[in-house]
Amino acid sequence: VTCTNVVHLLPAYSDGELDLVRSLEVEQHLRDCPACSRALEGQLALRTALADAALYHRPPGHLRDRIRSSLRQARRDRPVRRVIPWRPLAIAAALAVVAVLSWAAVRMLSVASATDLVTQEVVSGHARFLLLDLPVQVKSSDQHEVKPWFNRKVGFAPTVKDLTREGFPLRGGRLEYLNNQKVAELIYDRHRHVINLFEWPAADQEARDPHALTLRGYHVIHWTEAGLELWAVSDLNEAELMEFVRLIRS
Amino acid sequence: LRDTDQLARFEQAVLPHLDAAYNLARWLTRNDHDAEDAVQEAYLRAFQFFGSFHGVEGRAWLLAIVRNTCYTLLERNRSRQPAATFDEEKHSGSGAVPCPEAQLLRQEEQLLLRQALEELPPEFREVIVLRDLEGLSYKEISDISRIPLGTVMSRLARARERLQLVLTKRLGSEEKK
Repeated sequence: VTCTNVVHLLPAYSDGELDLVRSLEVEQHLRDCPACSRALEGQLALRTALADAALYHRPPGHLRDRIRSSLRQARRDRPVRRVIPWRPLAIAAALAVVAVLSWAAVRMLSVASATDLVTQEVVSGHARFLLLDLPVQVKSSDQHEVKPWFNRKVGFAPTVKDLTREGFPLRGGRLEYLNNQKVAELIYDRHRHVINLFEWPAADQEARDPHALTLRGYHVIHWTEAGLELWAVSDLNEAELMEFVRLIRS
Repeated sequence: LRDTDQLARFEQAVLPHLDAAYNLARWLTRNDHDAEDAVQEAYLRAFQFFGSFHGVEGRAWLLAIVRNTCYTLLERNRSRQPAATFDEEKHSGSGAVPCPEAQLLRQEEQLLLRQALEELPPEFREVIVLRDLEGLSYKEISDISRIPLGTVMSRLARARERLQLVLTKRLGSEEKK
């Protein structure tokens, strides 16, 4: 063991992060080498100095309150399911005749806006993945490894296909929280683009053909198949994303 | 009601790490105002993803979000302040081990150390803050900063070498005055 080697190992040694064999090597060298021993003292002195409380920035007192109130604000801004109150319900019953006419229109609108809301969440999920560089929890291009992992974590088996040969290698999967539930998120690569495929159980068994949407520059393709809702989202061009969806479905 | 529970659980798990979050944000952004903004934004993001948090170590989980938020913020503000360039030769030292003296630890040294740490490039500052100020393990740092263990080790080594060098130089030049 040379001094150069030891000098490189000293920081990890002083942190207790070296494995046993290398720790022993360093210790043996330190016994015979005054220069490296001094270097170690220097390391320890620096560490003591850095551990000084004066270097640690404490948050100002108001920050905790500011965060707590902004969390409450954020929660208020989210749609909340309301408990049905009885008295307004009675009034509503009296107005039922009037309501019947508008009901159909309102329902159509709300179904449409619910889809919009999910589309937004899917796009946000994709943007979040790119922006925050979120960890891929199961790293594998093997569908026989990825699928059971999800089955354990979310209780359903999502559609997983390795498309490496077709030019869409599967990087792996992770859990995400979308549309008020845990969902499976698969990560596929296409050249320099990332495709996220979100999947969760559909409300019914009805199959719906893929249709494409564009939101904030991202392409989204949504379809329903075999009791699953599938959402592919990417900044890839629409034609290639369509090709991806076709391969997933084939 | 379920919403309230969720928020209560979140606050219980994550709010106690406010000190660590602020310390990291303050060192990365290098000013009070940006640090407060970054921490607030990080908490809001963390709350959004809380459903996907299943770990036990809330601190490391939060710090990873704080770190990303800070870099996003710095990126946004980059036009406002010129980025510190990293001069390989200047920063990596000559390879000579600075001679530590017992008297190294003096009052004004704290000030020099603070300055030296602030002047480190962010990726080096970050590992020092996480290790030496926060006391996290190399493994945790590797998760938070998304770098391999070996890189944690070498960044720490170089960052400390640089800090020691600055300290010895500055203390030396002041003694000559």
